[in-house]
Amino acid sequence: MNRLARREFLKTSGALAAASLLPGCAMEPTAPSRPIGRVIVIGGGFGGATAAKYLRMWSTGTIEVFLIERNAEFISCPTSNLVLGGTKTLADITRSYAKLREYGVQVLRDEATAINVEKKRVSLKRIEDLPYDRLIVSPAVDLMHEAIEGYDAEAQKTILHAWKAGPETVALRQQLEAMPDGGVCVIGVPRSPFRCPPGPYERACQIAYYLRKAKPRSKVIVLDANEDIVSKPALFKAAWNDLYKGTIEYRGNNEIKAVDARAKTVKTDFDTIKGDVLNVLPPMRAGDIARTAGLLTPNTRWCGVDWLSMESTVHKGIHVLGDATLSAPAMPKSGHMANNHGKLAAAAIIELMNGRQPNPQPVIANTCYSFVSDKEVIHVASVHRYDPAQKTLTVVPGASGVSSARSEIEGGYGWAWAQNIWADMLG
Amino acid sequence: MIRNVLAAALASGAALAVPALAQGADPNLGRNLAAACANCHGTNGVSLQGMPSLAGQPRTYLVQQMQDFKTGKRPATVMHQLAKGYSDEQIEALAAYFSAQKAR
Ligand SMILES: Cc1cc2nc3c(=O)[nH]c(=O)nc-3n(C[C@H](O)[C@H](O)[C@H](O)COP(=O)(O)OP(=O)(O)OC[C@H]3O[C@@H](n4cnc5c(N)ncnc54)[C@H](O)[C@@H]3O)c2cc1C
Ligand code: HEC
Repeated sequence: MNRLARREFLKTSGALAAASLLPGCAMEPTAPSRPIGRVIVIGGGFGGATAAKYLRMWSTGTIEVFLIERNAEFISCPTSNLVLGGTKTLADITRSYAKLREYGVQVLRDEATAINVEKKRVSLKRIEDLPYDRLIVSPAVDLMHEAIEGYDAEAQKTILHAWKAGPETVALRQQLEAMPDGGVCVIGVPRSPFRCPPGPYERACQIAYYLRKAKPRSKVIVLDANEDIVSKPALFKAAWNDLYKGTIEYRGNNEIKAVDARAKTVKTDFDTIKGDVLNVLPPMRAGDIARTAGLLTPNTRWCGVDWLSMESTVHKGIHVLGDATLSAPAMPKSGHMANNHGKLAAAAIIELMNGRQPNPQPVIANTCYSFVSDKEVIHVASVHRYDPAQKTLTVVPGASGVSSARSEIEGGYGWAWAQNIWADMLG
Repeated sequence: MIRNVLAAALASGAALAVPALAQGADPNLGRNLAAACANCHGTNGVSLQGMPSLAGQPRTYLVQQMQDFKTGKRPATVMHQLAKGYSDEQIEALAAYFSAQKAR
């Protein structure tokens, strides 16, 4: 970091413990005294943290990178359903941001409250606003509780979504532990698109796995706003039939319209269903900061991007990653995809900041591993490449598929995937 | 450690300029393609656990494995599906990139 930048940085970091924020020095011998520009990244999840690391690594330290993340540690949504199943703890799926500092990423624990597009500045909760040359926004989703009648702040104290891993994951686990044998857990699935298409069905498996062992007379009722299971339907149905028959009951085309936290009921167009534990996922939209910055594509809940650079189709100089994007055809809102978005954006930004054009032929891939029990996993995979005619990423014909059957071999790969992707994004 | 990563990235960038890539071709082609393998095989092909490392494996071996996944000669859980997404040229670029990385 050059002296000017450091002075400004120290000034703006105010009350924060400056020492802990200073970047590691590993990068400095190779870095020139004056960086070619500054990129601010909002959101240290699968998209943002990956972009921050790869920007530093691939620019060999010539680009200054600030990562703004409101949480102190990274807690992974992928594998968080295993915490509900009881075979992993929150500690097992939590990682530190410390190693990113060794790459020279300046990690700020703060919340971005506004983006001034004209002045190219980000307003923060704890310190003065910061200027950028290019901005990356990877805030994932926010939840539209208002779309479901009765799902107000009071109801949200007992009806949990646990769709952002962390304290809610543990609280939902505690509700399951407190449930009597013979109780009912209701999982509500919103209309697609939502983050992690296989996630709700993996969750049904994990909760059923726990209930089978601890309270075998209990049930899981999945109320799905979609017609059928959104991802890997045959493999999930086989798992439910072979492993959880009588425990998991699935009802497609059953959108939850209202909840009553006191009566512990949910309402669809057909029924009122009582549950001891209600786990209702509201519909989702791009994270609030993307919305307030005006990055939504008109008439959608998501941010359109140029798939050669991840640059917003609304505001030049701002790149959007991950769940917040208006997904390309057959592209799921997954951590694996967000990780690849981060690298695509990092490569393009380095080219753009050096006055060159981004790679015209990007190829990225997706794989989602789902744990159907403590050890057995199923996957869905696809390779996506840029199609200049359609100006979007499309699935390469023939290059996609699912597991031939659930297996413990893929159980090992699923857990290894988590270790490797966490390390790939965080150092 | 970071310095090694950087050095490896630079070295491989240089190494990549050598094979098959015609004049004016993107010097970062292999790097960019390979980045989409890192979430399973580790950054620059150095895996932490449970998945094979690709860093430093012989180029010809890597090409052969990808081709065998593609044709189904080598059975796989997932690589037979992913390998079909890459052309022969892209497989060459991937193999050149990973073989030039330092195994750890
Ligand atoms: C139960 C569950 C299981 C899943 N399983 C899988 C799986 O097996 N495989 C898979 O690939 N994907 C899985 N996913 C999906 C995956 O979690 C998301 O697709 C991925 O996290 C998206 O990455 P992102 O960068 O868009 O958002 P995130 O990874 O959620 O990161 C967003 C970050 O931004 C921060 N943030 C937001 N707004 C601000 C702000 N204004 N200021 C500062 N910080 C901010 C948040 O705190 C967060 O850390 C799962 C999701 C869930 C809920
Ligand atoms: C979803 C995780 C995943 C991704 C992404 C992935 N791989 Fe693999 N790879 C595996 C697994 C698992 C195996 C073991 C074979 C199998 O079961 O598919 C493997 C095996 C291999 C092997 C054989 C290694 C050896 O030592 O014999 C090669 C080569 C390989 N992968 C190359 C790649 C390349 C190149 C990419 C990127 C284009 C890639 N892989 C992306 C999971 C992945």
